[in-house]
Amino acid sequence: MKKLGIGFFLGFLIAGILCMLFDMTSWMGFIVDSLAFGAVFVYGSTGEILTEKAGHLNLGVPGIMCMGGAGGCYVINEAVKSGASPMMIVILGILGALVASMLCGLLYSFITVTLRGNQNVTGLALTIFGVGLSKVIMSLSTVSSELYLGANDGPKMFFRWPFDQPLTFTQLTRFGVMFFLAIAIAMAAGWVLFRTRVGLNLRAVGENPATADAAGINVTRYKYLATCIGSGISGLGGLYYIMDYMQSPEAYKTIEALGWMSVALVIFALWRPPLTIVGSAVFGILFSCSDFISHLEWIQTNMITKYLLQMLPYAVTILVLIITSIKGKKENQPPASLGLSYFREER
Amino acid sequence: MEKELALQMRGITKRFGPVVANHNVDLDVYRGEILAILGENGCGKTTLMNMISGIYYPDEGQIIIGGKEAVIRSPKDAFAHGIGMIHQHFKLVDLFTAAENIVLGLNEKERYSLKSVNSKVAQITERYGFRLDPAKKIYDMSVSEKQTVEIIKVLYREADILILDEPTAVLTPQEITRLFEVLRRMRDDGKSIIIITHKLNEVLEVSDRVTILRRGEHIATVNTADTCEAELTEMMVGKKVSLNIDRTMPVNPVPRLEVKGLNLYNREGIHVLKDITFTANSGEILGIAGIAGSGQRELLEAIYGLQPAESGTILFNDPKKGQPVSLDRTSLLQLKKLAADGALQDADMNPVSFKNMDSKTIRKQVENGNVLYREDEVVNLREKTPLQIRQMGINLSFVPEDRLGMGLIGNMNITDNMMLRSYRSGRAGFLNRRNPKTQAEQIIKELEVATTGTTIPVRRLSGGNVQKVLVGREIACAPKVLMAAYPVRGLDINSSYTIYNLLNRQKEDGVAVIFVGEDLDVLLELCDRIMVINSGAVTGIVDARSATKEEIGLLMTKTEERKEAAQ
Amino acid sequence: MTEKKRGGEGREPLIHLSKRAAIPFWHAWLIRIAAVALGMVACGLVAYLLSDKLQNGKKTLSDFYETFITGSFGSERKLWKFLKDVAVLLCISLALVPAFKMRFWNIGGEGQTLVSVLGAVAVAFYLQDQENIPEWLLLLLMCLGALVSGAIWALIPALFRAKWGTNETLFTLMMNYVATYLVSLMLIVWIPNGQTSLGTLKRGALRSVTEQVINKNDFKDFIVDYIPIILIAIILSALLFIYLRYTKHGYEISVVGESINTARYIGINEKKVIIRTMLLSGMLCGIAGFLIAAGLDQTVNVDSAQGYGFTGIMVAWLGKFNPLIMLLTAGIIQLLDHGAAQISKDFNVRGAFPEVIVGIILFFIIGSEFFINYQVHFRKFRKKTGKEAVQ
Repeated sequence: MKKLGIGFFLGFLIAGILCMLFDMTSWMGFIVDSLAFGAVFVYGSTGEILTEKAGHLNLGVPGIMCMGGAGGCYVINEAVKSGASPMMIVILGILGALVASMLCGLLYSFITVTLRGNQNVTGLALTIFGVGLSKVIMSLSTVSSELYLGANDGPKMFFRWPFDQPLTFTQLTRFGVMFFLAIAIAMAAGWVLFRTRVGLNLRAVGENPATADAAGINVTRYKYLATCIGSGISGLGGLYYIMDYMQSPEAYKTIEALGWMSVALVIFALWRPPLTIVGSAVFGILFSCSDFISHLEWIQTNMITKYLLQMLPYAVTILVLIITSIKGKKENQPPASLGLSYFREER
Repeated sequence: MEKELALQMRGITKRFGPVVANHNVDLDVYRGEILAILGENGCGKTTLMNMISGIYYPDEGQIIIGGKEAVIRSPKDAFAHGIGMIHQHFKLVDLFTAAENIVLGLNEKERYSLKSVNSKVAQITERYGFRLDPAKKIYDMSVSEKQTVEIIKVLYREADILILDEPTAVLTPQEITRLFEVLRRMRDDGKSIIIITHKLNEVLEVSDRVTILRRGEHIATVNTADTCEAELTEMMVGKKVSLNIDRTMPVNPVPRLEVKGLNLYNREGIHVLKDITFTANSGEILGIAGIAGSGQRELLEAIYGLQPAESGTILFNDPKKGQPVSLDRTSLLQLKKLAADGALQDADMNPVSFKNMDSKTIRKQVENGNVLYREDEVVNLREKTPLQIRQMGINLSFVPEDRLGMGLIGNMNITDNMMLRSYRSGRAGFLNRRNPKTQAEQIIKELEVATTGTTIPVRRLSGGNVQKVLVGREIACAPKVLMAAYPVRGLDINSSYTIYNLLNRQKEDGVAVIFVGEDLDVLLELCDRIMVINSGAVTGIVDARSATKEEIGLLMTKTEERKEAAQ
Repeated sequence: MTEKKRGGEGREPLIHLSKRAAIPFWHAWLIRIAAVALGMVACGLVAYLLSDKLQNGKKTLSDFYETFITGSFGSERKLWKFLKDVAVLLCISLALVPAFKMRFWNIGGEGQTLVSVLGAVAVAFYLQDQENIPEWLLLLLMCLGALVSGAIWALIPALFRAKWGTNETLFTLMMNYVATYLVSLMLIVWIPNGQTSLGTLKRGALRSVTEQVINKNDFKDFIVDYIPIILIAIILSALLFIYLRYTKHGYEISVVGESINTARYIGINEKKVIIRTMLLSGMLCGIAGFLIAAGLDQTVNVDSAQGYGFTGIMVAWLGKFNPLIMLLTAGIIQLLDHGAAQISKDFNVRGAFPEVIVGIILFFIIGSEFFINYQVHFRKFRKKTGKEAVQ
């Protein structure tokens, strides 16, 4: 399964290179754009996978991603005001997104782990809260976004590092440091989960917390850490979307739907972080194909097909859900204790 | 007997809400001994041990290990003190391999690699004589293999004190012998073994000393060599009880349920029932013995209609002869057809034909009870759902193994649980709660269910009372066949005997009783015939009055190679 | 290793939990009320951080709490609007209850309602020029349209869940988005060239029926609109209460929800129950959609369901899936929402302040369940305390 994933990824890269060579700029733009867009989901679902592997279904991801974006923007805003260097601004922004979303994760874990609250309801409440609060935070920004997104030598440049210099293949500038960070995080998460002691313990916590507990694993600590780190990763997705992909502070309004897609993508990826890269690429293509196809000259499109195409990502998710449920394999099922609270002295 | 103390418990008390599970218990464990903790179900054995292994924390008292007071707040602390517990319900992650389960939660310095784990596991298996494939997934393992993993897991952590909670409950006599050998080898190696059990013969066979608990209190600790079965029983139960089950000879048994060539594949496509053929007679208790998971559950569920069988027949001989016809279960049209076929008769044995009668007259005759069946009816129950079987007027009662997961609903009260069987009665769409309530009150009274009323959720009752409610409900619908899977599992002696008596009474009333049990002694004393199954195939049907435990044990493990193929 | 060291020092755990056996009814509600009160304090704190009017003393905190009341009850109009919003929210959350009781996590109330609105409007849109159809018949057809479309939207995930056990939570969630695009698509088809919105329907207003029943001169205009909605919501919650508690269907729903194995054991066809119950759920959303289409908006857009499909989940869960308690919880949620909206206006707080307030209160209520189910024991402080503090 994993080989398939890497194969897919390489396939995309090769396709991209071919496009460059044959100067099929529109096609290449489409592929690159889809990949860049997909990185949002890589962040979102990798974070959610970590959380779910600890046995917690966090439906608060949309709120967390909004908060990550808003937190990052707020810090960038403040940093710009204080005149920090562009590179500093980017680093601070990423840290800001991490802190804001991890605080949300902490809140979620406090309620669901320590207070054993219902996970579904807590997650939904967190989404309501996070989406609302992110709007409040975004409205606090006082600096015009032109200051940090407009100028070519500003922080924008550092988001685009190392492709910040105008290249022969202009499309590549769509990839920046946060795009590669997403890939790295997904691969690293996969390695940790399936190749290390910590990952083994974490998976045990999600499968059977009583067993993990009896084996001397600190279940509470694992649940907290997985949820908070997972939330942090998801939150980065929000920042990436606003600052890198869309480059518009107004973009926070559309994050919520992306958050839900990230939750759905976890199933698509069969709870394996590296597979989120494949899934995200597919989703990215599905999302941008309506725009792309409507620009192709040899296809006649109208508004109706446009909306039908926009339904596509959701319809495909449903399809994947159905297919995975029909072809049930033990290793591809959700963690056994997903959604259940753990109390050691349960009788 | 001057040995080094390994562990002491002093004045341990543990409460769960208003329930006192352990009260002021003292316990000494020495190095290099096997200590049996004996007591009935619910006497607090497991709770006491869970406090040593860090699952529970005592409300009062202290635990002293190696002369120093120890605080064990978590299993991790217990490991640090060299204590390892093998729980009755194995604490293993199904999705992981044996090796992964063994190293789970360890904080070893070396890099995580399965290779080094495997070699270390091999060392342990060699030393104590286990058999284990470290790369096998738990969900592919038999119960005995899982237990082996649990023991190795504890040894891998270099535990000196091993606690085994009811380790023999799910094993065959042969496996038990092997386990006891391993335990003795570990004792001779200087480890302390604590084994929790309620089986006297095992205590006498394997332990050096016995500690008896009753109702959460420490009664006595004696040397095994100085005691006998009767003394232990008396201390365990508190009063002298006769351990004899009152078994009568079956009164004119006739075949009630004939199963022929039954084959069943489960959801994973595994062949779980292989060509099963047997007959259950009325007025007889047919025992089913076998290693846990040999197909007992599937067999009962297939008869009951929960699992669709691949091939074979399940013939139910409906003793309808001489019984009045009822319009509740048979339509007028069906009746007319039956009459035309000559299947009906009146009280004077004259054939009934509804020729030239209008519906009203027929109805009247039927309601007066003047129309009787001429012959018994034979129905094939295969490919019928439980509902269809019930709608045909056949009363099969089934006490499933999983009481609160299948037979009853824990969160519902006793009345609503009674309704599970009867809620469909009454024509309108509304529920009738009055009759179930009366029924609930009756069962509470007759079976002496300890409860505060009919409105308390079943899950709050103790195990024995839950079982009384379930069996009571299943008996209340006057079954023709009563199937019970492990009906006394987890029950104390008194409740167990209540259940045995209930089954016996059903047998005397002419019900065909099928009893799936795990305790061979009970099976031999309670049943009339015992069918032994192994990996889904019948390996023998013996007369319970003349068979021996060893004979059954051999049948339980017969044709090992087929078992491998099945799993 | 550190564990071992600590193990030897003889410390009891600081906090120790145990499960409560049972708790008196009033005690549980006291805990919940205390949680809401604490939540309100936290809201005050957040408001103080966000509002410059609070910070520079133009408004006081007592104004803040007062506004929660005036937001909903400040005027006759506000009161009726509050009741109407409670009713609509209640309708949608009631629709979710049968499914939730069955442990079918339908979070697609939003999409089901939206599609129902679309269904009702579609009927009205295509028939509005047919003068020979009387108004009452048109309304009936609209209602039918809403019921059918809501039922279909709920049926699709139910079928797959029944057949293959497909995860319904994500399925219904995705159906919400498909519904949104379906509405956009239909709007493109319907909106005449050169215009930006559909505009209100010419016919098919619920008030035309209401006006025949009550004398419209006795009431203010908006009351005539709101009364049928409020009445229908109350009737629905009573009916649903009876359905769930006193009928065989309701009993089957509980059994399937509690244990699929038990359901099979007593011969309940759980697939049938799942499909039947989701049809009911979808049709209840259909009623809500009809009320929105015919009673209030007279049009459809992607925001027609106002996010009530999600808020409804909270209302249902807080109300313990009991339709009668949900009357109360729907009221509380709307009270908070209206109050917070008023505060955003009066106190100069920008952004989505109501959502923040609702979120905070929800966190407190969800957290309070812990204190209802569990008992917390603190370590008894013995003489050793000082020594322990050093460690």
